[in-house]
Amino acid sequence: MSGTFLDSTELVLNMGPQHPSTHGVLRVIVKLDGEKVTGTECVIGYLHRGVEKIGENRTYAMFAPYVDRMDYVAAVSNGLGYCLAVEKLLNVEAPPRAQVVRVILTELNRIASHLLWLGTHALDIGAITPLFYCMREREATLNIFEKYCGARLTTHAFRIGGLQYETYEGFEQECLAFCDMFLPKCDEYEELLTGNRIWVQRLRNVGVLNAEDCKAYGVTGPLLRAAGVKWDLRKAQPYSGYDKYDFEIPTCENGDSFDRYIIRMREMRQSVRIIRQAVADIPAGPIMAKVPKVIKPPVGEVYVSIEAPKGELGYYIVSDGSTQPYRVRVRPPSFVNLQSLDKMARGSLVADLVAVIGTIDIVLGEVDR
Amino acid sequence: MNFYVLSLIKAALVAVVLLTLCAYLVWIERKVLGHIQLRPGPYRVGPHGLLQPLSDLIKLLTKEGVIPANVNTFLYLLAPFLAVLLALTSIVVIPFGPEVEVFGVRTNLGLTDLDIGILFILAISSLGVYGIAIGGWASNNKYSLLGGLRSSAQMISYELPLALAIAAPLLIVNSLSFREMVMGQQGYWFGILPKWNIFAAPFPQIFSFLIFLIAAFAETNRIPFDLPEAESELVAGFHTEYSSMMFAAFFMAEYANIATICFVATSLFLGGWTPLWPAQYGSDFVPPILLGGAGLMLLYHASQALRTRKWDRYSFPVLGVVFLGLAALFLVPALKPVLVPLFWFAAKSGILIFTFVWIRGTLPRFRYDQLMRFAWTFLFPISVVNLLITGLLVALT
Repeated sequence: MSGTFLDSTELVLNMGPQHPSTHGVLRVIVKLDGEKVTGTECVIGYLHRGVEKIGENRTYAMFAPYVDRMDYVAAVSNGLGYCLAVEKLLNVEAPPRAQVVRVILTELNRIASHLLWLGTHALDIGAITPLFYCMREREATLNIFEKYCGARLTTHAFRIGGLQYETYEGFEQECLAFCDMFLPKCDEYEELLTGNRIWVQRLRNVGVLNAEDCKAYGVTGPLLRAAGVKWDLRKAQPYSGYDKYDFEIPTCENGDSFDRYIIRMREMRQSVRIIRQAVADIPAGPIMAKVPKVIKPPVGEVYVSIEAPKGELGYYIVSDGSTQPYRVRVRPPSFVNLQSLDKMARGSLVADLVAVIGTIDIVLGEVDR
Repeated sequence: MNFYVLSLIKAALVAVVLLTLCAYLVWIERKVLGHIQLRPGPYRVGPHGLLQPLSDLIKLLTKEGVIPANVNTFLYLLAPFLAVLLALTSIVVIPFGPEVEVFGVRTNLGLTDLDIGILFILAISSLGVYGIAIGGWASNNKYSLLGGLRSSAQMISYELPLALAIAAPLLIVNSLSFREMVMGQQGYWFGILPKWNIFAAPFPQIFSFLIFLIAAFAETNRIPFDLPEAESELVAGFHTEYSSMMFAAFFMAEYANIATICFVATSLFLGGWTPLWPAQYGSDFVPPILLGGAGLMLLYHASQALRTRKWDRYSFPVLGVVFLGLAALFLVPALKPVLVPLFWFAAKSGILIFTFVWIRGTLPRFRYDQLMRFAWTFLFPISVVNLLITGLLVALT
């Protein structure tokens, strides 16, 4: 800073990898001028486990549980994307019953993921109580997962070609009970936060990312929809029977943190809508398509992407005709969305930086893989 | 009785009560916050976690006090000492009750009564910022430094509305002594509505009270103004590098400040120890009824089957008897003139302290620039206008 009266130097602040609000082990090197952020640099890789490389050394079925460990708060979505990719490679399709159950569980998982985001984001902004309310409702979805497949977090709920487990007794009723319970709770969160002037002040015009920037960075998910782009893979290229359900894609105009909050709140309500429709009409029939015991897809490559809670989750799998993939490449939404951090945070305050990191909704397991 | 002996006894009593109160404020805060957040709060140490403050104290005392390399040791050690010293000093001018006669000794309930008590409080609370600022600077840590800087700016900014909010009731009562302040709030409108400063003629000081309360939140670094220690941004702010008893000193200073500021608010605006309605309508019986009711409720629940919490089989009857005993104390004619004012003072301060915790469980945190804008463009002008209106109306009447 030359030409100023006082000789002031930049303050370089090393935020993370151990920091309360970097959501895991993200390290951000922040350049500060007073409290103003003049530049950020993300250092990632503290949670790198080489998931993609592991995929080359496992059979197709053996690799399925590994994908749950990427975005561990939305493990069901990860599993769905991988199963769809391998199914496309094998040229099989899951039976209708399996598809509907997949939709129900995936939407429940979307709610769970958004709830965790809401709670931690509110905590970053300084409201400590919503976290506990969100955890209470998230618990209800995890209980359904636990009853269905025995696991709560890294569920491995789906298998290549359909489902391993039939739904349990009372599955439909429990899903409906959750929907009935959840909508009033959603209103409760909105009452705590949406109308709260401090909350609005902290998020309005913070971390603005317009539609052009979103497209330039490849940002997807709620961030893109908050900028006004009506792009949701469930509608744009329906998979797993999403075209059968009647739901809306919420969009906003400003592309700031507050809009992203609104988008995620509305998405949870839309998920409830989808679950209700799906539960009302679960067809009878088999839950597993005809898949050979040893999965050996024909030589070829495939890219399948789904709308995960955080954005477009894509799997690019190359098969060389053996039992193991030749290459597995994952397009993780968190990793791509995180690129926009510097664009959003530059020129704002330290407190805004924390809000922006929260609003991207990153999971470091997915960023680092 | 000798003035010095009496003062020493009173000082010892107040010190013991205040320090215990600070320790139990932590327990109260964790309990209330816990219940707001759907969890039971401290539960393991003693019945209902009642011994938690004790175990916290033992833990902090026995921890190693780490002094990081490259810190300015003198200032680093001075800061927590300064913080706790200044936090505990302000209590001396708070009046807890009227002049009473106990065992043949006439004395004021309260340590001392300075003519300039209110100025003293303002002076001491202004000094309080040094503990935090020095601590933040001496730690040689960027987070601490940012926390210290934020707190200096914040506490100095909020001092102005705080002082102006205090100035308005001063115009009405026309004294800087806390005791005279409370004496000026005695009596009742229409024989029922207390003449507290928030209901005062010619201009009710309800606005002053609210401004004071908001500024008090900022002065004590509480949510929504807890920027100096904003956990999600600055890790722990100014006390990031402090451990052991040095950390405990900062912690205690924070709670002592909360207690003091609630006492000040009670004395200035809520009529100190004066009851909510006149004694001839039975306000003296409120404490025995409340305490006795609580005791009876505990005894009733102790007689029911308690399957889930095995501690309660013993703690409920014991606490029930304790509460009934306290209720009986309020009916002893010799103790009644001492205890009843103390009860009203404690009840009013307690409600304010509860509000502090309640707000913490509800609101998010301001951003630094918003906090400053709020102080200078909203709170400060409002308090000036409030002061001017009060002054005008006082001059006219």
